Amino acid sequence: MQGLDDTLGQILTAHRKDPRRLVQILRAAQSEAGWISPEIAAFLADELCMPISRIHAVVQFYAFLYDRPVGRYRVLFSDNIIDRMLGSVALRQHMQRRMKVGRGAVSADGLVSIDTTSCTGMGDQGPALMINNRQIVRLTTRRIDEICDLMRDGAPLEDWPSHYFTISDRIRRAESLLGTSYVPGKALAQAIELGPQGVLDDLRRSNLRGRGGAGFTTAMKWELCAEAEAETRYIICNADEGEPGTFKDRVLLNSFAERIFEGMAIGGYAIGARHGVIYLRGEYDYLRAPLEMKLAAMRQRGLLGTNVLGVPGFDFDIEIQMGAGAYICGEETALIESLEGKPGRPRIRPPFPVTRGYNDMPSVVNNVETLCKVVEVMRIGGRAYALLGTKQSTGSKLISVSGDVARPGVYEYPFGVRIQTVLDDCGATDVAAVQISGAGGMTLAPHEFGRRIAFEDVPTSGAFMVFNRSRDMFEVARNFMHFFAHESCGFCTPCRVGCALSASIMDKIAAGLGAQYELNELTRLGAVMRTSSHCGLGQTAGNAVADTLQKFRPDYERRLMAGDFAPAFDLDAALERARQVTSREDAQAHLEGVA
Amino acid sequence: MSIRNSFTIDGERVDFEPGQSILQAALAAGVFIPHLCFHPEFSAHGSCKLCTVVVNGRNGSACTIAAMPGQEVRSDTPELNQRRRMLLQMLFVEGNHFCPGCEKSGNCKLQAMAYELEMFNDHFQHFFPDRGPVDASHPEVMLDRNRCIQCELCVRASRDIDGKEVFSLAGRGPASHLVVNAASGLLGDTPFAATDKAAEVCPVGAIMVKRVGFTAPIGRRKYDGASIRDQIEHPAPAQEG
Repeated sequence: MQGLDDTLGQILTAHRKDPRRLVQILRAAQSEAGWISPEIAAFLADELCMPISRIHAVVQFYAFLYDRPVGRYRVLFSDNIIDRMLGSVALRQHMQRRMKVGRGAVSADGLVSIDTTSCTGMGDQGPALMINNRQIVRLTTRRIDEICDLMRDGAPLEDWPSHYFTISDRIRRAESLLGTSYVPGKALAQAIELGPQGVLDDLRRSNLRGRGGAGFTTAMKWELCAEAEAETRYIICNADEGEPGTFKDRVLLNSFAERIFEGMAIGGYAIGARHGVIYLRGEYDYLRAPLEMKLAAMRQRGLLGTNVLGVPGFDFDIEIQMGAGAYICGEETALIESLEGKPGRPRIRPPFPVTRGYNDMPSVVNNVETLCKVVEVMRIGGRAYALLGTKQSTGSKLISVSGDVARPGVYEYPFGVRIQTVLDDCGATDVAAVQISGAGGMTLAPHEFGRRIAFEDVPTSGAFMVFNRSRDMFEVARNFMHFFAHESCGFCTPCRVGCALSASIMDKIAAGLGAQYELNELTRLGAVMRTSSHCGLGQTAGNAVADTLQKFRPDYERRLMAGDFAPAFDLDAALERARQVTSREDAQAHLEGVA
Repeated sequence: MSIRNSFTIDGERVDFEPGQSILQAALAAGVFIPHLCFHPEFSAHGSCKLCTVVVNGRNGSACTIAAMPGQEVRSDTPELNQRRRMLLQMLFVEGNHFCPGCEKSGNCKLQAMAYELEMFNDHFQHFFPDRGPVDASHPEVMLDRNRCIQCELCVRASRDIDGKEVFSLAGRGPASHLVVNAASGLLGDTPFAATDKAAEVCPVGAIMVKRVGFTAPIGRRKYDGASIRDQIEHPAPAQEG
């Protein structure tokens, strides 16, 4: 324990013993010890002068923090519907059989634990899994077999074939963001020439809107933050790309990181912030080291640090903080809670982060893509930028295309592109449905493929999941409902209970015990979740079920039983325990026997 | 009171002090809006969603929306009450809320709210949660997590009034549950006391002071004689000196 105490002590020192860095501290402690044991929790609580219950609250909130031992190899299969369509369930079961371990369990020798996790952002090259925070894509039975052998041999991950961990960008179509050359520092120099107010004015002329999905005007967000009275302000980059089926930020973080940093620096200059924070989702841990290297290079070039670009008093630097497996942390106030070392539960708004955000200071939270677009606005000017796209949705949008298509990957289009155009370009045929903007987005049927991607028609955070006619849209909706039940933070009643109830009703229908009654129940639950939930997660969690119920009703109806109602409760099964206690297996001990 | 500081609830004029939420102003004026996680002595939480009203056409929690001049609030409507019944049913099935066998019966706000809103059955399938056994380790108080509705009133009371931070809400989604500040996880190993504010604020039967459960017989308890609607709690008057 002494050695571990020393290691923990070093971790605490590295994080200045700051309780607000609890999530980061726990991640670091866990990477040393494998899990957060009661001893570690007690030690940290003591050192950080906080109740141990607060440590438990955080550990038990995040999917990638463990309060019980996990395997030396922790395998997590991405469980998005796209991975499932690519065969992830069979691959997982194959691995479980070979390693002799059940789902969610640890093998008897402590070697391996296997479970599922929410979409890991590899929809264009799945099926995918994570092993000890590394990502492996393009899984096949053969590769699973190889992985099983490597695990049995106890080979350290560093010695595994490097091509396992190779993640491709797969940029299929480029426009103003992906298709233009970039000279580091040019946009920032332009910003300095314009002056802070000039940047805000130009940004307003561009009508740039946030790419996270809600579409708030970026200039307005920055202005509100700049106007708020405060000593300190923050620019936060939301790189918690958790929306199932989205992976365009992964590509930006991998190959366009300097633009993200520069966009943040421009923001810092415009609103008077000295600190930037990138909140990187835990699934993208493999991107952290390259990002740190690129940050160091930016500092060396004088684009970050003190007196940036030689401007006296313009100090701005960026640090990376990691998420730990919680979709809800993509919501900006939950993200801030997580940055402050707490469970990621969305705050009550107002106050909005622009007036009271990170560390209670005015904070701008921008999506990765939005920050890249800021660089573009500086490069070509707000007026020119506004000529792209549509009037209400200016510029281009990155779309993450996955599912039943010939060419999955990232596509960049001017806003206003029709769904059908995207389908044609990615080689999708016989399409039954497109799921736009993730699990809580819209499910579009063929008669809607003429609609346009734009804030005023079909808004999207970037996901574009394609399903052909062989797919079962009921199963798609059931997968999404389970996703929300798993990812609900649990704060408010309608989402916490409503998602769980809806998921179990979907399971009941899948088991053939559903009737018209259950369809009505789903509609009723969806309405309460939409109108009463605390945040966007709960408000949109029922969307896919509602959309598929309306547009793909036969996928539901063919599962329904003829009667009016059947209970999900299986009375005979419930008597099993009593039969065991009384050692009875005769006909009289079964319900049908009584009849 | 100037006309400027007033709004309407279901057409009825309600005056407010600047800084009050819609719920605070309504309760002060004697207008009842159903609520569970709100308590006049604590900052608003906004989690139970029972107080969801429609303000100028938009849904929101009355406990977290600031009262503003001229707001038109709808609250006591069949649609909103139907929604509230459903939220109550969700809370009932999520935990183990079996009134006839619970010593909190009659003093329980969840039960009182169900009577008030005419919730006649649980409707949904029960979760029968397993959030651990009853914690009877404390000499004076017992803790039954399976009856908790996650309102965090005890969390707030222990932190903000008692200065002890005995409770936290841990876990996520339906697995959310109370944890206490002790390495053993037992209430008896915390500095918690029966005289703590946190011991009296629990609206349900999760935190129960021992040996007093039946000092008031059933039939003569808080909500047995009068509806919760007619027993609005007001903030304690500020102490002199």
